[in-house]
Amino acid sequence: MVKVLLWGSLRSAADGRTEVEVDARNFRQLLDGLKAAYPGLAPQIERGVSMSLNGVIYREAWFTEIPPDAEVVLMPYMTGG
Amino acid sequence: MAFDEYQKREFKQVGTRPNRPDGVDKVTGRAMYGADMTLPGMLVGRILRSPHAHAKIKSIDASAALALKGVKAVVTGADFARPEDDFLRDVQENCMARGKALYDGHAVAAVAAIDAATAKAALKLIKVDYEILPHVTDVDAAMKAGAPIVQDGRTLENVPAGMSGNVTSHSEFGHGDPAAGFAKADKVVERSFKTAATHQGYIEPHAAVASVTTDGKGELWCCTQGHFFVRTLCAGMLGMEASQLRVTPSEIGGGFGGKTTVFIEPVALMLSKKAGRPVKVVMTRDEVFRATGPTVSTSIDVKIGMTKDGRITAGEAYLRYSGGAFPCGTIDMGGQAAFAAYDLEHVRTYGWNVLTNRPKEAAYRAPGAPQAIYAVESVVDELCLALKLDPLDVRLKNAAKKGTKSSYGPTFPDIGLVATLEAAHKHPHYTAPLGPNQARGLSCGFWFNFGGNTCVSLNVNTDGTVGITEGNPDIGGSRASVSLMAAEELGIPYEQIRTIVADTNSLGYNDVTDGSRVTFAVGLATIKAARDAVRKMCQRAAKIWDIDEEAVEWKDGAAVPAGPNAGKFPPMTLAEIAADSFATGGPIAGHHEVNVDGAGVSFGVHLVDVEVDKDTGATKVLRYTIFQDAGKAVHPDYVEGQMQGGAVQGIGWALNEEYIYGKDGRLQNAGFLDYRIPVASDLPPIETVILEIPNPGHPYGVRGVGETPIVPPLAAISNAVSRAIGTRMCELPMSPPRILKAIGTTA
Repeated sequence: MVKVLLWGSLRSAADGRTEVEVDARNFRQLLDGLKAAYPGLAPQIERGVSMSLNGVIYREAWFTEIPPDAEVVLMPYMTGG
Repeated sequence: MAFDEYQKREFKQVGTRPNRPDGVDKVTGRAMYGADMTLPGMLVGRILRSPHAHAKIKSIDASAALALKGVKAVVTGADFARPEDDFLRDVQENCMARGKALYDGHAVAAVAAIDAATAKAALKLIKVDYEILPHVTDVDAAMKAGAPIVQDGRTLENVPAGMSGNVTSHSEFGHGDPAAGFAKADKVVERSFKTAATHQGYIEPHAAVASVTTDGKGELWCCTQGHFFVRTLCAGMLGMEASQLRVTPSEIGGGFGGKTTVFIEPVALMLSKKAGRPVKVVMTRDEVFRATGPTVSTSIDVKIGMTKDGRITAGEAYLRYSGGAFPCGTIDMGGQAAFAAYDLEHVRTYGWNVLTNRPKEAAYRAPGAPQAIYAVESVVDELCLALKLDPLDVRLKNAAKKGTKSSYGPTFPDIGLVATLEAAHKHPHYTAPLGPNQARGLSCGFWFNFGGNTCVSLNVNTDGTVGITEGNPDIGGSRASVSLMAAEELGIPYEQIRTIVADTNSLGYNDVTDGSRVTFAVGLATIKAARDAVRKMCQRAAKIWDIDEEAVEWKDGAAVPAGPNAGKFPPMTLAEIAADSFATGGPIAGHHEVNVDGAGVSFGVHLVDVEVDKDTGATKVLRYTIFQDAGKAVHPDYVEGQMQGGAVQGIGWALNEEYIYGKDGRLQNAGFLDYRIPVASDLPPIETVILEIPNPGHPYGVRGVGETPIVPPLAAISNAVSRAIGTRMCELPMSPPRILKAIGTTA
């Protein structure tokens, strides 16, 4: 199981929690798992999210492997100028 | 070998300062900018814009315009199909209004005619029947109950019930319990701030030439930060296949994020499609201000608690951003960046995006971060003053570092904030004496940095030179930096490499030149493409020497036997291998295609001295020093240029620049005479100190540097001005009238 930290405003879509657990070995499985377990997260995930794995931010990287005990943080999709 | 991970090495060419390859063209006027393209039979396109801040478009009658001799086409919103995708629909409706004009300057129709005079005359003949609606341009006013609703039905599911229909999204970041943290503080300061919308202020206006043929093929030349994204947007709006629309970028006279989307390009294409001839559209400066994206305008409340010895016990911010008349996600970046420089046990930010009758926001270097960090750094400075603490010591005491749980969630890996703060502390600027009415301010800055989709091709020519094809418009010198990295990797002189930016048919998709990504991501792809070519050249040498491929390695620009067991052969240079390439298997090229991650966040610290004339309210910037972690400065001139350019833009943002709206909701200062950006005589020499703390996610340790420098100037200058006049400034810009008002309030 992967512990995923959500940002605060997603709390209401995740049964009031900002840390949830999902069975996943990579980012794609993690996103699919989040949507299945917490359908309220689906609109945000479909609009776009970034993910941080052990402090490194990824924007689209479905098959990035998530090692055991990794720190995974869901973040809004990042854009720059 | 994991080539995308940092490997310590001694550089021979990276880190030097060769001449820029586009320099001669630019100083002699030969460089082709957006407006320079001309095609046979080309028409002139002009756009009619709403004179109202908010109005229902009841009808558009273009019959008289179409009847004018020389007019070949008229386009309105009705010519475009309505995209299902919200994002694409917003971009399209910003390019050409449909049903409602949402801000002063919103495009409502366009004409193509044989010359500019005819096009201008035709615009006057288009009859638009408007029903003027109430408008709102202030972010706080737009959040109030009863405010005019800019667009109905745009509120996301994350907005709490009961808010104004103009609030489109809400976000919250942070951890801990701020209330508990504030209870531990010896001093708590709460302040409210406002920042005006500012424009990126690029010198080159938007320009595009479009040609659509009767068999559905399209060509588009335009000044843009990302021609692949232009293709995606325009093909979507015109119902074209990507393969049938080729987009070629011109040289670009500044972008700073403002050219990461489209404004006139789909209009030019539609005009060309209807007229059956090429069409050129070039914006006037008035149009650039009224109808292209400035930054968000903001209203921010910040509360920070601190102990007597300077430890921050908690931070909290409420951020209200307006990205104009369309939903905008910049608030999310502001909320995450606000406290990123600090190691905090208790921190929380709450953000709302709000619709107003202003032009659609476009990205502007580190979008959302400068405003949020301005507010936070102002309150930190006020606490330092109140508690009689050294502002750099306080920042060092609270600085985020490796292992800090960031205010936006992730735990930081290696970062360079402490090193930049220590460099600032040691610098003579920090202790230099100040005169009357002078003061010093400082601020930290932060930006995330990104990688993104990138393709590079590297062709080895038979004369031993190399051509590189990449897909990101060169705004800040990236062709030189890319050539330098290839030269380093291949072991040949920089001068033997030419890098070009290719059109959308010549490479796979490349993300926009944004997010401080190009030197990092295109550089990484270039290094890997060079290594691909090196591998192939080693294979050719192995064949010639009749030894195993594994027995050959690359050293100083030549293939050499890997060890004594490989045999004795003299080094075979790149030029020698290239010269024989037709006989040894054909042309040699290296490629790399990747979606790069691991950009690594970036921090900077700015020190500034100002003098305020208390009679006129005018501020003079006396001295400015920037400290920033670049990971590895590939071409230090360009790193320094990014740092200095950010400071200059920030000086303008802090002291003068703002969108000023009249009571009628119309923009009052749509030109450089009334919207004052800094000129050379406004500026002191800006000293730069580059720190190089390698980014572990890049083979040479490179970090993006383009956006972080715009973040600290707002607070650094505000802190200096506030100290100089003895009262806290809480609104940007700090134009002379605002400073006089503040001084008067103090008196």
